[in-house]
Amino acid sequence: MICPRQRFPRGGWIRCVHQEIETVELTGAEIFARCLQEEGVDLVFGYPGGSVLHIYDALFKQDQVGHVLVRHEQAAVHAAEGYAKSTNRPGVVLVTSGPGATNAVTGIANAYMDSVPMVVFTGQVPTSLIGNDAFQEVDTVGITRPCVKHNFLVKDVKDLAVTIKKAFYLATTGRPGPVVVDIPKDITADRCPFHYPKSMQMRSYNPTVKGHPGQIRRAVDLLLQARQPVIYSGGGVVLGGGSKLLTEFTRLLNFPITNTLMGLGAYPASDRQFLGMLGMHGTYEANMAMHHADVLVAIGARFDDRVTGNVAKFCPNARIIHVDVDPASISKNVKVDVPIVGQVEPVLRAMLKELRARERRPDADAMEKWWKQIDEWRAMDCLKYDRESERIKPQAVIETLHRLTGGDAFITSDVGQHQMWAAQFYGFDKPNRWINSGGLGTMGFGLPAAIGTQLAHPGETVACITGESSIQMCIQELSTALQYRLPIKVLTLNNSYMGMVRQWQEFFYQGRYAMSYMEALPDFVQLAEAYGHVGMRIERPGDVEGALREALDMKDRLVFMDFITDADENVYPMVPAGAGQNEMILL
Amino acid sequence: MRHIISILMENESGALSRVAGLFSARGYNIESLTVAPTEDPTLSRLTLVTRGSEEVVEQITKQLNKLVDVVKLLDLTEHRHIEREIAMMKVRVAGGEDRAEVMRMAEIFRGRIIDVSSDTYVVELTGDSAKLDAFIEAMRPFDVVEVVRSGVMGIARGDVALRL
Ligand SMILES: Cc1cc2nc3c(=O)[nH]c(=O)nc-3n(C[C@H](O)[C@H](O)[C@H](O)COP(=O)(O)OP(=O)(O)OC[C@H]3O[C@@H](n4cnc5c(N)ncnc54)[C@H](O)[C@@H]3O)c2cc1C
Ligand SMILES: Cc1ncc(C[n+]2csc(CCOP(=O)(O)OP(=O)(O)O)c2C)c(N)n1
Ligand SMILES: [Mg+2]
Repeated sequence: MICPRQRFPRGGWIRCVHQEIETVELTGAEIFARCLQEEGVDLVFGYPGGSVLHIYDALFKQDQVGHVLVRHEQAAVHAAEGYAKSTNRPGVVLVTSGPGATNAVTGIANAYMDSVPMVVFTGQVPTSLIGNDAFQEVDTVGITRPCVKHNFLVKDVKDLAVTIKKAFYLATTGRPGPVVVDIPKDITADRCPFHYPKSMQMRSYNPTVKGHPGQIRRAVDLLLQARQPVIYSGGGVVLGGGSKLLTEFTRLLNFPITNTLMGLGAYPASDRQFLGMLGMHGTYEANMAMHHADVLVAIGARFDDRVTGNVAKFCPNARIIHVDVDPASISKNVKVDVPIVGQVEPVLRAMLKELRARERRPDADAMEKWWKQIDEWRAMDCLKYDRESERIKPQAVIETLHRLTGGDAFITSDVGQHQMWAAQFYGFDKPNRWINSGGLGTMGFGLPAAIGTQLAHPGETVACITGESSIQMCIQELSTALQYRLPIKVLTLNNSYMGMVRQWQEFFYQGRYAMSYMEALPDFVQLAEAYGHVGMRIERPGDVEGALREALDMKDRLVFMDFITDADENVYPMVPAGAGQNEMILL
Repeated sequence: MRHIISILMENESGALSRVAGLFSARGYNIESLTVAPTEDPTLSRLTLVTRGSEEVVEQITKQLNKLVDVVKLLDLTEHRHIEREIAMMKVRVAGGEDRAEVMRMAEIFRGRIIDVSSDTYVVELTGDSAKLDAFIEAMRPFDVVEVVRSGVMGIARGDVALRL
């Protein structure tokens, strides 16, 4: 793997550095580079263009902040997201004005939906030309406004450093999210003295950290009365680094726990108390437990419609506790009984303390009965599939990958059936290892996300589980992966269909497969080779394990594995749109 | 229910579009919106009138509070408060009879005539929205050229205040 920090060729600029040290004032571009250094940013994902050339020049002249050159700005943002989701540090993106910014929008919207800490810098035309329909001008602040946590247009070089500080502060505190900073080209040439604020306070922004003590006591009262409790935790636990405390809390209470798609890994999947994922493609036991719960503890989860199904039928008997840092997430889709606004970590700590101070424990007989019921639901074995099939079953590929990587790999995915199978069959025992696009469901996310993840974790196994349709949406990034020698393992579960679309058409459109068949697929082996990687095509179930072993052993090569899988396979269970959580389609 | 919400926000360019954008993106109703800088030039005060169920209005206030530029917010509907709106109406007054009649109507509604030309009057009127509605209705028989309304602003009675 090549460290992007050493990618800028040296020489030729040393003279300028000396000249600049003598001036007290820095250019906006130099200030930009200094700010990123102050923030401890090691990697920027980006793509140059006219309006950011001063900035690229300033980055060229230093070697603290590295730069990763992608092949499309959408991929820069997804890569930064992979970096952020796998490290809990903010991802940083730099793109040019106009098309650079518009290409980045899908990535920004994706990061917004999944609450990913990220700062995106966009170039802008010079201030004197703004509003003139200048070359490569778009209203970036206007276009991105609905899909960012906040955005800024810098109008004076004197504001640049403070704005960058604010951007990082906003992106990483409270409910994390992407912040866009739009910088006109003249600002990057203007000069002013550099001063980077040490800390940031804003009168208009004060996110709550600790939970209200009275609410925490009420929550604990309710927990101790529970007879059929369920913990439903989500991406907030991963984002907030709360997974250790969540595990402690869940074990102390001996409650069953389910995770959302975004929350996987926050509680060890191999643990007996774990019921698997819930929701549309959640397990039978998780959804049934939700439906029959009398007390529901939602932690860092946002009652998404893919989770609740029909809200009118959602958890009909449950009193609900909801811990979330964003008050607007609480009682948005489902009215809750005990809201607790705060970060998962301090709130869980306080709840644990309160619990330990109490003598009382939940009714042991009731809990035993509840677990017995859950074990009966579990016995349905809702994730079963035909293990004798002559065709490769996608589930088997993921189970084998899990076994061969000891469940310890970083897994990114695209969007579709393969994503659901990855979620169901790669039991994540650790947080920040499952990197996928949940809220926006963006095909094309997987490969660039794997690039960002691998760059953040050199030496670790990073696998991208994808479909033959999704992978084609950002396939150009195979070139980026070669440039930085990233040994990503791409597992394409090739069913020659937009499988998720085909499944809906089979279930709800009487098998009219409109436009969901992927014709004219490229030869992925040759394609991978053309990009300088290793390609493999695997067609028989018996070859799956051997091929995976071989690929995983190639520690310094990207291996593109084209698994020809059973095209008729569907994702089960499934809660059809509009149904209650207990109304699942099973195999 | 109808709610009148007052907001103090950073007087930044684009702040208003964040509020307007929030309402359109989330499908909330907005009946009126007024905004102007306050005595502290770094702050704007914005007043909006919206309608929705209690749950929707709760979401609206939460989403408004979540906007980074919003410093403070007060749902005036939760307090005793005063609402005012201003209207200006241009009426064509052909003959002496019309002139006298328009002046009489303005007086009844405690309005003022603030511009006079050879064949038009401009009447200014302040009050709550219902009073303005009533005036506009009462003026129907005349030849009304145009009406402009400011949108509602409000302030809480007594000790309650929206300030930093
Ligand atoms: C094809 C497809 C199928 C899907 N099927 C399913 C499915 O079957 N099941 C499923 O669960 N999802 C499914 N999803 C994903 C779904 O769309 C949502 O993205 C997901 O359910 C949201 O997860 P979450 O509730 O954990 O919230 P996130 O989007 O992870 O939001 C995190 C929540 O935690 C809060 N938070 C953040 N940080 C903190 C902190 N430090 N402290 C406290 N709170 C914090 C945030 O305010 C937010 O409310 C599917 C997606 C796709 C594309
Ligand atoms: C950018 C984008 N366009 C369209 C969709 C709608 N969509 C969801 S899943 C899917 C099919 C994905 O096919 P593939 O990548 O082959 O995965 P499979 O379901 O076959 O595993 C489509 C088209 C989407 N999620 N994202
Ligand atoms: Mg497919």
